Amino acid sequence: MHFTKPSPPSDDKRWRIVEATMRRHGYDHNALIETLHSVQQTFGYLDTEALQYVAKALRVPLSKVYGVATFYHFFTLKPQGEHTCVVCMGTACYIKGAPHVVAAISEKYQIQPGETTADGKLSLLTARCIGACGLAPAVVFDGEVAGKVTPEEALQRIGRWTDQ
Amino acid sequence: MTPEELRRLAESHEEARPEPRHCIKVCVAAGCLSAGSDRVREALQNEIAQRGLENECEVKGVGCLGLCTAGPLMLVEPDGVMYQRVTEEDAPAIVESLGKKSVEQLVCPSDMSFFTKQYKIVLENSGVIDPEKIEDYIARDGYTALARVLEEMTPQEVIDEITRSGLRGRGGAGYPTGLKWSTVAKAGGSRKFVICNADEGDPGAFMDRSVLESDPHRVLEGMAIAAYAVGASQGFLYVRAEYPLAVKRLRTAIRQAERLGLLGNNICGTTFSFHVDIRLGAGAFVCGEETALIASIEGKRGQPRPRPPYPAEYGLWGYPTLINNVETFANVAPIIRNGGDWFASIGTEKSKGTKVFALAGRVRNTGLIEVPMGITLREIIFDIGGGIPDGHRFKAVQTGGPSGGCIPEQYLDMPVDYDSLAKVGSIMGSGGMIVMDETSCMVDVAKFFMDFCVSESCGKCVPCRVGTAQMYHLLNKITSGEATMEDLALLEELCDMVKYTSLCGLGQTAPNPVLSTLQYFREEYIAHIVDKQCPAGVCQMRQ
Repeated sequence: MHFTKPSPPSDDKRWRIVEATMRRHGYDHNALIETLHSVQQTFGYLDTEALQYVAKALRVPLSKVYGVATFYHFFTLKPQGEHTCVVCMGTACYIKGAPHVVAAISEKYQIQPGETTADGKLSLLTARCIGACGLAPAVVFDGEVAGKVTPEEALQRIGRWTDQ
Repeated sequence: MTPEELRRLAESHEEARPEPRHCIKVCVAAGCLSAGSDRVREALQNEIAQRGLENECEVKGVGCLGLCTAGPLMLVEPDGVMYQRVTEEDAPAIVESLGKKSVEQLVCPSDMSFFTKQYKIVLENSGVIDPEKIEDYIARDGYTALARVLEEMTPQEVIDEITRSGLRGRGGAGYPTGLKWSTVAKAGGSRKFVICNADEGDPGAFMDRSVLESDPHRVLEGMAIAAYAVGASQGFLYVRAEYPLAVKRLRTAIRQAERLGLLGNNICGTTFSFHVDIRLGAGAFVCGEETALIASIEGKRGQPRPRPPYPAEYGLWGYPTLINNVETFANVAPIIRNGGDWFASIGTEKSKGTKVFALAGRVRNTGLIEVPMGITLREIIFDIGGGIPDGHRFKAVQTGGPSGGCIPEQYLDMPVDYDSLAKVGSIMGSGGMIVMDETSCMVDVAKFFMDFCVSESCGKCVPCRVGTAQMYHLLNKITSGEATMEDLALLEELCDMVKYTSLCGLGQTAPNPVLSTLQYFREEYIAHIVDKQCPAGVCQMRQ
């Protein structure tokens, strides 16, 4: 059967990165997770158009693409806020007070883990374990890991983003 | 590249640059990096450049030095002085002190038990070599084991050597590695695969991350030797996406090894070819289970399937597949270099060699350690770990993550090996070791792990999907002071049911944290239920 390559959902140049990933894997359906990683890394999240496009390009049923995208915690279907704060909730961080850090942020910004503030400035997330147990409790502020974080420090760091 | 060329390369690397008089080795593994070690390294380089000492002193990024809590760490050679908690402002003083008296207030005593009681095989290159330079690895006998295997040994001889060493899988279950290899080698099939399981999902464990960040070539060499032994030509490294630095260094390492002909086609000029690709995990704990991991590499949801058939016979895309953990592969090259008997002489009768542990929690020296099997928990926690800080009292140590258990004080003198840990209701696991003091509530800890299992259950089998949720619900009732003794009985009944009827290891071991805390800290459960009190003051009672 002849297969024509579908065109990306928009003419955003960033789709080329995603296309390159698929090409590298020969548009093989096994490369689904790799491709979703590429989309999320490029666009920050996976929206419906992206899932449909990937499904067509790799010739995988959309249901399966959706299944994979929702099965893995790493993938998100919602756009993240301008800044993200990921609190590690691994065992070491947990017993060294990570729940207090989460509670402090939740209370001040009125968001639960996994949510984004109404102004889109801050997303609060929790991680299963980022492997920085020697520095517990660890928090990742916009991709930068900080160790031995107290609730006050966390609020202070976030304050620098939100008070601008 | 032939073995002869390899040796010459190692020698020429030594000779090429006249060894600078001083070498400052700055830890650039994730722990120290997040404490700012890259800024310190830059400051040191600038300071040296300003003083025109480039030929005298070299600043080098190296892998994990172990004592993460005191990061950023650095080692000044040849003086052998270790500095801790270094900041950018300390750079001038450190450069000034080279060859003279060391900077007193920064010195980290390297004669403390944390360093002297360790025995390093897997971590022998960590903190010594630059993980981004293959030459460094080769200069430390890197890839000589692979060259020797290809030149002198038959696949069967390799398997025999591994069997003789008594090496057991370091991922947790402790299956004999030699036996696994020989099963895959015997399996028929037009293709075979070797997979390295680097999906380190246990919360509180970072051994694999550290090994990959500090010595990636070691793992690749182990995989290549395994591939030769079982007859595979393609390998996959399944790494967590949460470890970007490890992924980056692995990619660099694979590229370098391919360029030197140590991976790829016709390795070392022989007919043996082996390619390695990286596959990123996407944050699913269950993918540490081998059949789920295979499904994930195939681009599917990571759901396990019943075994048998085992992956050794029916694995990736239906072909025989060898799956070992990062630490297991990291042990292979030294075993080939020094012989199986050497390895078997370390450790206990049934657990050979060493084990890397991630020591964390309420203990003074948190970090990465490697100790011979058979060492006691007391030595690990009180000698190496330095004991419990802030005048608190040791209560329990949790090993094996969500599949393991909490070991109380009375077993502190027990030797650490696969069988002793299993006897007291825990497991060796991949090597996470979390120390707790009296400020931790054991029911709360059990609830924490159950919450983890609920959210990580893949949902395929009912006992795990529904059972863990019910157990979490009961634990929640207990910690909020609303439970009765009937609830406790129901919880115990559920533990048995989930343990014996779940499909894969995740469900089968999910009740372990509850079972072990019930066994050793039953009075805490009773206090929550009968007295409506949390002895540790952690749980918020509703009444």
